[in-house]
Amino acid sequence: MTVTERQQLAYVDAQAAEGRVNVELETDEGMVINLGPQHPATHGTLRITAKLDGEQVVWADVVPGYMHRGYEKLTEVRTYPQITTLVNRIDWLGSFANEVPFILAAERLMEIEAPPRARHIRTILFEMARIANIVLFLGDLGVQLGAVTPAFYAFRDREHVLDQIEAVTGGRFHPNFDRIGGLRDDLPKGWVADTKAVMARIRDFCDEVEALLFGNEIFQARTRGVGVIPPEVALSYGLTGANLRATGVDWDLRRDGDVGLAHREVDWRVWTHPDGDSFARCWVRLQETREATGIVDQLCDGLPGGPIMAKVPRIIKVPAGEAYVATENPLGVTGYYLVSKGDLGPFRVKIRSASFSNVSIVPWLLRGVYVPDIITILASLYFILGDIDR
Amino acid sequence: MTASLLAIELAYWQQTVLRSVGVLAAVLLLAGTLVYVFLFKMMSFMQSRLGPMEAGPYGSMQLLAEVGKWIQKEDIIPWRADRRLFAMAPYVVVLAVFLILAAVPFGPDAWFTDLDVGIFYVLAVSSISVLGILLAGWASANKYSLLGGLRAAGQLIAYELPMVLAVVGVVIQAGTLNMQGIVAAQADGEIFGFSGIGNPYIITQFVGFFIFLVSMQAELTQAPFDMPIAESELVSGYMTEYSGMRFLLFFIAEFASVGAFSAVAATLFLGGWALPGMDLDADYMNVVGPIVLLVKIMLVSFVVFWVRFTYPRFREDQLQQLAWKFLIPLSLVNILATMALKVAW
Amino acid sequence: MADTTEVPAGEAGGTQLDEARQGVVDTLTDALGDAVLGSHVQPGHGSWLRVDRSAWTAAAEAAKYQLGCTFFEFLSAIDWAPSPWGRYEDAALEGAAPSLPEGPFETGYAGGDTRFQVVCRLANVRRHEEAHLNVVLKADVPDDDLRIASLVPLFSGASWHERECWEMFGITFEGHPGLRHIYLPSGFEGNPLRKDFPLLARLVKPWPGIVDVEPMPDEPPSGDGRTEEVAE
Repeated sequence: MTVTERQQLAYVDAQAAEGRVNVELETDEGMVINLGPQHPATHGTLRITAKLDGEQVVWADVVPGYMHRGYEKLTEVRTYPQITTLVNRIDWLGSFANEVPFILAAERLMEIEAPPRARHIRTILFEMARIANIVLFLGDLGVQLGAVTPAFYAFRDREHVLDQIEAVTGGRFHPNFDRIGGLRDDLPKGWVADTKAVMARIRDFCDEVEALLFGNEIFQARTRGVGVIPPEVALSYGLTGANLRATGVDWDLRRDGDVGLAHREVDWRVWTHPDGDSFARCWVRLQETREATGIVDQLCDGLPGGPIMAKVPRIIKVPAGEAYVATENPLGVTGYYLVSKGDLGPFRVKIRSASFSNVSIVPWLLRGVYVPDIITILASLYFILGDIDR
Repeated sequence: MTASLLAIELAYWQQTVLRSVGVLAAVLLLAGTLVYVFLFKMMSFMQSRLGPMEAGPYGSMQLLAEVGKWIQKEDIIPWRADRRLFAMAPYVVVLAVFLILAAVPFGPDAWFTDLDVGIFYVLAVSSISVLGILLAGWASANKYSLLGGLRAAGQLIAYELPMVLAVVGVVIQAGTLNMQGIVAAQADGEIFGFSGIGNPYIITQFVGFFIFLVSMQAELTQAPFDMPIAESELVSGYMTEYSGMRFLLFFIAEFASVGAFSAVAATLFLGGWALPGMDLDADYMNVVGPIVLLVKIMLVSFVVFWVRFTYPRFREDQLQQLAWKFLIPLSLVNILATMALKVAW
Repeated sequence: MADTTEVPAGEAGGTQLDEARQGVVDTLTDALGDAVLGSHVQPGHGSWLRVDRSAWTAAAEAAKYQLGCTFFEFLSAIDWAPSPWGRYEDAALEGAAPSLPEGPFETGYAGGDTRFQVVCRLANVRRHEEAHLNVVLKADVPDDDLRIASLVPLFSGASWHERECWEMFGITFEGHPGLRHIYLPSGFEGNPLRKDFPLLARLVKPWPGIVDVEPMPDEPPSGDGRTEEVAE
């Protein structure tokens, strides 16, 4: 062997020792397998170490952090407009939704209110981010369970939503559109009519998925009774979003929070499910997607006129204070605890991301389940790595 | 012309060579056709996309490109793998397919081997692929492969029984194990006196056909029974560590076995190479027969792949429950009913 | 010693909610007594309560059992020392690392006496019509004794948040089932979210991975090999 190969082998061995990859069978206690960090089932680089007894999990541990980008440290050296761009990338499938709580927290400290038109359009884009995110979840749900076809329908119909977002903001995935005091731009001509057509398409897609996937006996056999979470355990772990509502807890920040979005002005309902199993979580998300299309339709109908941006100084300095604003993002409750000292940028931002708490329940939840159920549970809990790892 | 062709006397070794080459060609062509029509095109159309369109007109040369790609890939064997078993496994799986196709008749004289225990032999050799899968799962030195191999072992052994029992009904009705005899029985038979379409056993043995299809889906490890592969969990199960030519062999084996099992199903239930109203002994049937059989193979494969692309997959214990608690009792009932009706009529 | 910041008058949110949130603060103050070091009510938005370190668990218990705040929102810490480096991207690092300014530091709502403060938010989501039932708890942690009780016995979700807080700030949570790294690799030295830990992008830190060890291809050692890049 040349010097090169020997060094490379030593490096690989050292890495393997570091990662504790073990190929020998440990027959006395069980076999340890490693799902991830590169694995089709984990929505990104999440690592789950599970000790198996045959096909049953004896214990499981979740190792996040493979995508940790140090957002909270970065926000300490950025200005507010720069952070808006940064924050898009936390939950990258429903990007606009990440900007909203941060902007609202800054507006709260500045004691500025966005004009009604901006509030409405913000809410419309917020709900469209939710639709884009959850439609992908519905498609991906099929793939995790083995049904490859719904994923293509999901991506096809999601493209229309992304087209609409692109028409307004210029970006399909990372709009970077929210500003302190309002929005960057107004809606293009004809956008409202197109959006309503797209919402009708999404409703059709929801019906399709309900028939194709949720009505399938195999899907029901795979998800019913799997990964049951009692409501008190969910609250204690900090579970939010559809995961919490699927355990029967009736709480939705769009209705119960006090933030400056336009949800209270339209007619919609909060969906809950008493079972708390994987099927309940998936089902609640499906209903929420339909509900979101209804919200967007109503907001599009009643869009007020007026300015798109309040009067804000050109250089934004947020006065000293602390504010915590949380919104009902597609993945759950995302909140920003903003500490400001009157500077061009914040002093400290604590990002309360939904998936971080959602995934913390996984070690507790995976005890005693079968290996295929690991995948079902992860798929139904639904997280995005950028949201866990920030 | 076929008469003169058949009049040529060939030595036994020449016949053997011809048959071997023929089976090879049948397997590869069958696999290729199924991959192109169903995997590339039908799956794509069902998923509202076009599939490969670049290589050749409508992507027909894609297969050639794929084969070339796989052959020229680096052959990677894991450091701790059992090299001999690792290398042997794909060949064992492909072997099973050849053995199955060897016993299926394509025409009155167009067969590779005409065994008196035809269907019995087919069911027996179809289990050889289980051995290959187990070898692959163990020899890969990979926990995912091992899980996949173990799941495959359990599943494939469990679903052999319903398959065998479903065939018993056909055998009772036909009165013979010989594949040519079964084809003849279907072509010449009559249903309650009406002989227009012969007696394809799909009509009287519809329960058996259903059981056979489900068991076939499981034997082929296609969704909803693809736990051994389980792409979103095991990243390919027992095939995970295979690359290049070895993976190509697994791939060919997978699709060729769909074709082989479909051929068996077509012979047992749909009438095989014969069509009602055609002279079974005529020489032209040696050319028309394979075409008819091919059409029936495509029909059965269509159902197999259609189910594959639509359904999510069963969990292992649900899979086993389906086999042991539902399919086997159902097939036993089917056998009893067939016996009773055969004696009565 | 209570350090109550003024409630600004006539704010948006209505006086009804102000009273409700003040009621939340009052309930907790009654339950904890002397341990409450400071409080703040932002009308219409939130209630803050700063407690003594020894009463951290008691405060969480009071919130959970008396206010029904069974929902664990988040737990983190704030390092009140201003950063010794410039705050913007173009503030260059030169020479030796500047030192951290001495305390006392300017702190936020409900006051603070030390550099590090642990922050925790709990909420009652069962009675969702009453939007005031939530509280942000703060506790000072002295520099020389960075320890505080763990909330894991009360809220299972605190486990991950406390792990993150430990690795980012160096605060030990007593009673935590297993404080180990959650985001950073096992051998990581330092606590990144402290203000005296610089943003790594500004430091050149040697990459721990394998360096390209492939020898250069055999070439005659002429000087012309490199100069061919000159554009014509």
